[in-house]
Amino acid sequence: MSRLATWGNELYTGKKSYPFVHRWKLWFVIAAILLVISGGLTLARGGFNMGIEFRGGSEFTVSGVSNTDPAAGESAVTDVVPETVVTATNIAPNTMRVQTEHLDDNQTLEVAANLQEAYGVGADNVTSTFVGPTWGQAVSQQAAIGLIIFVVLVALLMALYFRTWKMSLAAIIGLFYVVALTTGIYGSTGFEITPSAIIGFLTILSYALYDTVVVFDKIRENTDNLEEDVQRTFSENVNLAVNQTLVRSITTSIVGILPVGSILFIGAGLLGAGTLRDISLAIFVGIIVGTLATLFIQAPLYALLRRRDSNVQEHDARILRKRSSGSGEGDAPVTEPSAVSNV
Amino acid sequence: MSSSTSSGRPKRTLGWLGAIIVVLTAVLGIGIATNQTTGAPLLALDLEGGTQMVLSPETAGGEQVSSEQMDQAVEIIRQRVDGSGVSEAEINVQGGNTVVVSLPGTPDSQTRELIQASANMEFRAVISGAQGTATPEENQTALEDFPEPTAEPANGSDPNWVTPELADEFQKLDCAAFLAEGNREPVPEDEPMVSCDPQYGMKYILGPVEVFGTQISDADFGMASAPGGISTNQWAVNLSFDSEGTSAFREVTQRITPLESPRNQFAIVLDGTIISAPSSNAVISDGRAQITGNFTEVTAQALSEQLQYGALPISFNIESEQQISATLGQDQLYWGLIAGLIGLILVAAYQFYQYRALGLVTLSSLVVAGILTYLAIVLLGWSDNYRLSLAGIAGIIVAIGLTADSFIVYFERIKDEMRAGRPLAQAVEYGWARAKRTITVSKAVNLLAAVVLYFAAVGNVRGFAFTLGLTAVADLLVVFMFTHPVMQLLARTRFFASGHPLSGMDPSLLGQEPLYKGAGKVREFKTVEQAAPARGKRNKGSSKEAQRRQTIAEKRRLEREDQLGLSSGQQTSESVDAGSSEGKK
Repeated sequence: MSRLATWGNELYTGKKSYPFVHRWKLWFVIAAILLVISGGLTLARGGFNMGIEFRGGSEFTVSGVSNTDPAAGESAVTDVVPETVVTATNIAPNTMRVQTEHLDDNQTLEVAANLQEAYGVGADNVTSTFVGPTWGQAVSQQAAIGLIIFVVLVALLMALYFRTWKMSLAAIIGLFYVVALTTGIYGSTGFEITPSAIIGFLTILSYALYDTVVVFDKIRENTDNLEEDVQRTFSENVNLAVNQTLVRSITTSIVGILPVGSILFIGAGLLGAGTLRDISLAIFVGIIVGTLATLFIQAPLYALLRRRDSNVQEHDARILRKRSSGSGEGDAPVTEPSAVSNV
Repeated sequence: MSSSTSSGRPKRTLGWLGAIIVVLTAVLGIGIATNQTTGAPLLALDLEGGTQMVLSPETAGGEQVSSEQMDQAVEIIRQRVDGSGVSEAEINVQGGNTVVVSLPGTPDSQTRELIQASANMEFRAVISGAQGTATPEENQTALEDFPEPTAEPANGSDPNWVTPELADEFQKLDCAAFLAEGNREPVPEDEPMVSCDPQYGMKYILGPVEVFGTQISDADFGMASAPGGISTNQWAVNLSFDSEGTSAFREVTQRITPLESPRNQFAIVLDGTIISAPSSNAVISDGRAQITGNFTEVTAQALSEQLQYGALPISFNIESEQQISATLGQDQLYWGLIAGLIGLILVAAYQFYQYRALGLVTLSSLVVAGILTYLAIVLLGWSDNYRLSLAGIAGIIVAIGLTADSFIVYFERIKDEMRAGRPLAQAVEYGWARAKRTITVSKAVNLLAAVVLYFAAVGNVRGFAFTLGLTAVADLLVVFMFTHPVMQLLARTRFFASGHPLSGMDPSLLGQEPLYKGAGKVREFKTVEQAAPARGKRNKGSSKEAQRRQTIAEKRRLEREDQLGLSSGQQTSESVDAGSSEGKK
């Protein structure tokens, strides 16, 4: 506690400062490399692992099984439809998943009955799902529509609230990065993309922007009266704001991750693939990426976007002039990237 | 109460929140007492077990389906499903052009077909009509006593369509039973039929189909106008036909207009039931007809929408179908709740670690938010049949973290204010003044996302968006009406105001120099400005540095407060007194 509190104090006063803004080139390069790596890995794996909702087909979930032999599940299907491709997988303890091509109603009932017999479970333990090949597309199309409407509205909201469209722009660009990287992580690790995962992605959007708004609010507060500031350049002010809210950013992401992590753990460990796991997995990844993006991408990006503004340039020039004139106040540790040494 | 500032009547605010919860609970209590609700949330099919089908509309020519037509199609599906005896079916349009049908159990193939099939609208001429009750058995004519038709029927109104079998069916037809039955085998278009008009309680024998619903090009409703173009103050339904429909309808009206009632009527039949049976007053040769009668605005609109649907019969494709067993759903629910509980405990533990006793504020705020959310879900289940889905539960669990963030933002602001040298009571107020803006705008972003998702999305996404939005609202209520007033009250307690190390607001940890009163005694603290002279030479520089580090906004605010004097002046002098008396000891 005390160490954390001291650290928080030092961040607040600027005694300790992490160069989120000053080292933007480094962060952007790292961000780009991460994106390229995740994209490359996704391509290397042959694209995304789309769930059955996108491919279309029939799926059976058998729970409460003691025998997890895939062959039993496969023959339960091939007995009914000999010419079909079947994959039976053990997705969680005591749970089997059997996926096939599209079966008709009667075949579905027969297969369900066969599966009960093969795994020695009751009718209550077999769930069947049939998905048309366009269902996943319908979901993602609706999600995309939702995404566009949301981004437009939230960009307006932010521009109005912060009274500068540059904050909106920085936030939205960062948002797209978050989505791209999270998708890339999904692709490169081979996690299945299901409609539930898409819900998770949509939540990430909300979370990432929410987090950005909180940090940007502090940035706005610090840069509101720029003309009167005699110590810090614009980007130093932005950087100070990010540092001042760092404790909050870290605490928030930890607090956000804890419940999501517990769903993920229980979902993946005990229930296997399904709504809970897919949603929480996406959000879990998204919270981490979203928080990091606010600190390393959105805030520096905003400072960069404002760099060419005339009032910012004038102000920065004034501060730098004052510093080089050796007024004795110029040794503020936050000013130069070299000050990172005390991190 | 003198220490409360402008924003503060904390007890009153808490009272209001208490009142809200009491009222909601009382409403729920009445519902439970009168057996209208159970007090437990309604569960969606993925938790309760059952079948969920997602349907997409399909039209013969691939035309766009308007939202009115979709609503009409869903209404038709609903009637059919109800008619097939499936209870508690839920049928909704989601995301504009997707229909989600949720049924308990597994539907048989007949129900499945009924759901998918397009409704059939047709215009048939009336041959005979009667009150919609069955002829009493003693008065019934024996089947063999009905006369056989004397000739081949010449047109759709010809009584020769009436065979003894049809006449017998007609005399036995009881409209109440007929309408309750719901689903009927479609009658071939070139055969006569019997049907009922539920609006007027009449039953009719109808000739073969003469105009098809697909031949309607448009329908609307409005005030009828007299021949002179003057409005008659009477609601009317207008419909127009395409070219084939126009000529077919002209022939019908030419034939039936001179006939005697009821043979001057034609019936518009949807799915075997008559939706309107107007009599023809004139020959309609231009394909533009107007139906008048005892319409209200509502009934005129309903009929025009039904007619519009006839113009575009929609059938449905099953996009996805899921059969969930009840035990699996219960399993997911159980583990979902366990996950939520674990998440809550972890969050509370972390908050205790970071904010010590203030973690209790977080935990109790979360509990209050949980109570509000629970009440809202149960009440919405009662009033609007809202059902909690697995995705909804995920939304609630995710919201634990998002809700806790409001407190983090607030607590960090309080800390910032204390770092600037304020005693806790002031820091709580000034921190709040700044935190509430941040919390409001960031919650607005959450809420916006939830609303957009709710209206744009399909299936599971909706349940999730709903709970996410609901919890965002609950969170706002709790932060404003619970967390903040509680902090105001706590700031007055000695434990917190004195900055006890376990209070989480220990000023010595927030960069202020503590003033030790001695062993066993609590610490007092001062503002930076006042504390500075008491410090050693070495500290002088750093306190200046700390002042210099204040952002311009912070300095301005401090200046403004100094000018205003505020109530803070009072407290500042109190802390000076405490300091000076300390000095004398």
